[in-house]
Amino acid sequence: MSFKDYRIDENEGLEFGLYTLGDHLENPHTGKTISAQQRLKEIIEMSKLAEEAGIDVVSVGESHQDHFTTQAHSVLLSAIAQATEQIKVSSSSTIISTSDPVRVFEDFATIDLISDGRAEVVAGRASRVGLYELLGYDLRDYEELFEEKFELLLKINQEERVNWEGKFRKPLRDAHILPRPKNGQLPIWRAVGGTPASAIKAAYQGVPMYQAMLGGPASVFKQPIDAYRETLGHLGYDSAAFPVATAGFFYAAETTQQALKEYYPHINEGMKLTNGRGFPKQAFAQGAHLKNVMNVGSPQEIIEKILYQHETFNHQRYIAQMDFGGVPFDKIMKNIELIGQEILPAVKKYTAKK
Amino acid sequence: MKITLLSGSTVGTKTRTAMNYTKNILEEKYPGEEVTLLDLAEFDVDFSDGRDFREYHGDTKTVTETIMESDVIFIGTPIFQASIPGSLKNVFDLLPQNGLRDKIAGILVTAGSSKHYLIAETQLKPILAYMKAQIVQTYTFMEERDFYRKEIVNEDAVFRIERLVEDAIVLAETYKNIKRLKEEQYDF
Repeated sequence: MSFKDYRIDENEGLEFGLYTLGDHLENPHTGKTISAQQRLKEIIEMSKLAEEAGIDVVSVGESHQDHFTTQAHSVLLSAIAQATEQIKVSSSSTIISTSDPVRVFEDFATIDLISDGRAEVVAGRASRVGLYELLGYDLRDYEELFEEKFELLLKINQEERVNWEGKFRKPLRDAHILPRPKNGQLPIWRAVGGTPASAIKAAYQGVPMYQAMLGGPASVFKQPIDAYRETLGHLGYDSAAFPVATAGFFYAAETTQQALKEYYPHINEGMKLTNGRGFPKQAFAQGAHLKNVMNVGSPQEIIEKILYQHETFNHQRYIAQMDFGGVPFDKIMKNIELIGQEILPAVKKYTAKK
Repeated sequence: MKITLLSGSTVGTKTRTAMNYTKNILEEKYPGEEVTLLDLAEFDVDFSDGRDFREYHGDTKTVTETIMESDVIFIGTPIFQASIPGSLKNVFDLLPQNGLRDKIAGILVTAGSSKHYLIAETQLKPILAYMKAQIVQTYTFMEERDFYRKEIVNEDAVFRIERLVEDAIVLAETYKNIKRLKEEQYDF
């Protein structure tokens, strides 16, 4: 394994991406909610603008519950693949536990062919677990469902003809799994919840980790990354060959005060509906600190934060969630503009290794 | 303000009796407030299986959502096997991490013996503190001999419940101010 297998070139510097969970929520500033159709179309539009701004990755998460639009996230990713030419098309994440790995591979290999080799999978097991009941799975199998199906997905990725037997799916006997991705294999990452215990399981599977971080000091989120690399080492892998990605809240405005003011109601009201409780103002205010992982602020402050995080984590990719909680499209456009014109050039300049 | 009384036992009558007194005092002294009594003996509550509290159905959903919407919660608990009953612990397990943030929690204990007077201090308060509740520090501890045929026969126990109710409401008003002052520091 090497960074190349994950289509990552460190010479180009830290990769910068956008991610959406496809939430479908009211804009708390205006009290208006757009239609699900408009939300989906705006995600496609956001991806096109991201590509024009030079952003490396766009990803969409699978969420099966009220207040979301991306239940069929791979279908949306396929539309994004068709609408774009350069940007990597990824998931954030694909809930492998409640899906058939054969179908997931078929979908993403197809997206890979449509996109000319830009597709990848980030597989997770869901933090909101209502989909287990919806899709007919027992929550008591939470851990085992994920490990078994994740392993099968990796196996299908490595072998075109598959012989396999497990607990949660009928056996595969010399099954020919098609289509094959453009470059033979898909990059497959594992979503990690932000604890060392979760991160070391990515090392057990020998795959790169994708860490979600809502807010808090970078030093805390360094611990799972350290544990992951250490475990890779114990297992005989070269930890330097495995990329690490982080994901978190992002919102840029001309000043930090303006960014906090504009984004806070979206986060607080949105989380009340999707997670059952809001986001404390005190914690959000601390989010503006240089050493806090929440990338909310002026472009200059965000640049300093991302560079501090890069120094702390030595990670290869950061993906930003800027559309949560009904952020209107003109603000999304403004954010992408600030990223493209100010944030991205500085981040690339200081993190490129060539 | 939304005030919930949680009678935490499915066994016996003393805790429910104490909660009835609490409810009457609340309604008499604070007639404008919205008071709900949840007696776990009257609900069929599932054991926590780890899902989000809003994804349960029926009684379980009613109990968790009522608590999550409350500003003030009075928790009534008996002492079984030197601890809080499993039915009450299950309610905490059904709720999310930090689920009692910005909520005031008052405690009433009904025990068979005075030997249990520190159980709430050592076992219930740590749970409430972990869940980020604002705890009314002094709680009301009552014993078997304070009750007779579903009535409280020790006047001092009634006075102590009255003081607990007053303290909880004053703390709730005060905490509202603290929160407002705290949030006013931020201009977002």
